[in-house]
Amino acid sequence: MKEEIIIAGFGGQGVLSMGKVLAYSAIMQDMEVTWMPSYGPEMRGGTANVSVILSDSKIGSPIVTRYDTAIILNQQSMDKFEKTVKPGGLLLYDPSGITRHPERKDIRIAQINAIEVAASVGNSKVYNMAVLGAFLKIKPVVSMDNVRKGLAKCIPARYSDLISLNEKAINEGHDSVLIINEI
Amino acid sequence: MAEKILMKGNEAIAISAIRNGVDGYFGYPITPQSEVMETLMKEKPWETTGMVVLQAESETSSINMIYGGASCGKKVMTSSSSPGVSLMCEGISYMAGAELPCVVVDVMRGGPGLGTIQPSQSDYDMIVKGGGHGDFHNIVIAPASAQDMYDFVDWGFELAFRYRNPVVILSDGIIGQMMEKVELHPAKPRRTAEEILEAAPWAVTGKPAGRPRNIITSLSLDSDIQEVFNQKLARKYAEIEAREVKYTEHLTDDAEYLFVAFGCSSRICEAAVDELRQSGIKAGLLRPVTLYPYPFGRIGELAGQVKSIMSIELNLGQMVTDVRLAAGGKCPVGFYGRQGGNIFTPEEIVEAFRKFNNLK
Repeated sequence: MKEEIIIAGFGGQGVLSMGKVLAYSAIMQDMEVTWMPSYGPEMRGGTANVSVILSDSKIGSPIVTRYDTAIILNQQSMDKFEKTVKPGGLLLYDPSGITRHPERKDIRIAQINAIEVAASVGNSKVYNMAVLGAFLKIKPVVSMDNVRKGLAKCIPARYSDLISLNEKAINEGHDSVLIINEI
Repeated sequence: MAEKILMKGNEAIAISAIRNGVDGYFGYPITPQSEVMETLMKEKPWETTGMVVLQAESETSSINMIYGGASCGKKVMTSSSSPGVSLMCEGISYMAGAELPCVVVDVMRGGPGLGTIQPSQSDYDMIVKGGGHGDFHNIVIAPASAQDMYDFVDWGFELAFRYRNPVVILSDGIIGQMMEKVELHPAKPRRTAEEILEAAPWAVTGKPAGRPRNIITSLSLDSDIQEVFNQKLARKYAEIEAREVKYTEHLTDDAEYLFVAFGCSSRICEAAVDELRQSGIKAGLLRPVTLYPYPFGRIGELAGQVKSIMSIELNLGQMVTDVRLAAGGKCPVGFYGRQGGNIFTPEEIVEAFRKFNNLK
């Protein structure tokens, strides 16, 4: 199994840390991972993206241009990454702020209204975990048990009380994903 | 089972320094390697192993602090990125001239000048062919993963002390910024004063009665003495070239076409090789792990076996000169590269390969 994922949105949405939780969860499942961020000036407020590769075997190139999954959280990223999804792949996006919705018919398309989910959980900071939950519903590449372990590795001990909140957001995101296009 | 941690290559350098008994780190922040010092400051090793971590006022200052630490037989290191390493070159040359061990990490970015902060391999010539003025070599090792970043710190110090020579870990923005799984080996304590005397009997640690003074200097005003010293260095380099060459190969046994690439480029190239194999073309890859000493011998052997060689680099073509030298005219040698912080994809490499070899 090899899953090549791009996660893209605004700086501050938790794009990089979502990728980190996913990557750490995969390590807990004894998989190989690479996590490659865009680390330019965009880190200071513009667009941010990270490509995460999960694999059962050693990963050669950490640089890929076509993805099995694109997780898209703003319009700029939609314009840039919709075309990079492999035929038969998955595009998961948050519709808030999207003015041009994805048009491709050869890929699976799903929506998650993660702002709503985060609000229902009661903390806007877990926005990214709601998105992660939605992704894992459609592609359960790592078990929820390992996601919990990965989460514990990513959250510093002094914030351990936030683990359950993040877990709740993952579960709610899991239940709130909407399939728009099946192939 | 050893603990497996998800970390950036830069973080791996820092964690490895602490766990491998490094005595001191002196540096100055610059993207894309600032996480090295950030991690050290966060980990506060001065409270655990006693390792010193200091942000100097400039790169020139950091390299000279290392000169001082190394003179005392300590395991000391610094890290920077291309423009900062330029500033360090004078100090590196002085350390080569004074035969001082140290580890310098260069996480390369696009240049020349301040250039970009994105990944590049544009310091190959500067570090492998020079790294300062005068007649000397740095030992240069090129990591291709976060695990390599972790492992090469210890290996670097081993080489640095074995040969009393600066070692440069020549990395890049991809390897520095990318997170991967890193397996931590059992930690080693810092050397005790007695162990330093044993590992570095040349060090200035206070002169006991009964032995002559140890003098650390790169200055000699007598040409005859300097020449004898230069020839001593030559013997040392010959030994390094005979004993320390390291490379890895991917599908070279039956290869009809060869790629040569180091660092992050070797990873991307490996994917290109696999893609070509799927379409029935017998491609293979040699990754030099040591850039000095360089695997001239093995590339020369393979040049007699394959139809062509391509050097794949994130620069305008620097290592390709060494590949040509190694091939010795036995087969055509080509080059493909991207510059300025842009990165090639495996597909791009395959396309360049087909063009160079006139294959459809």
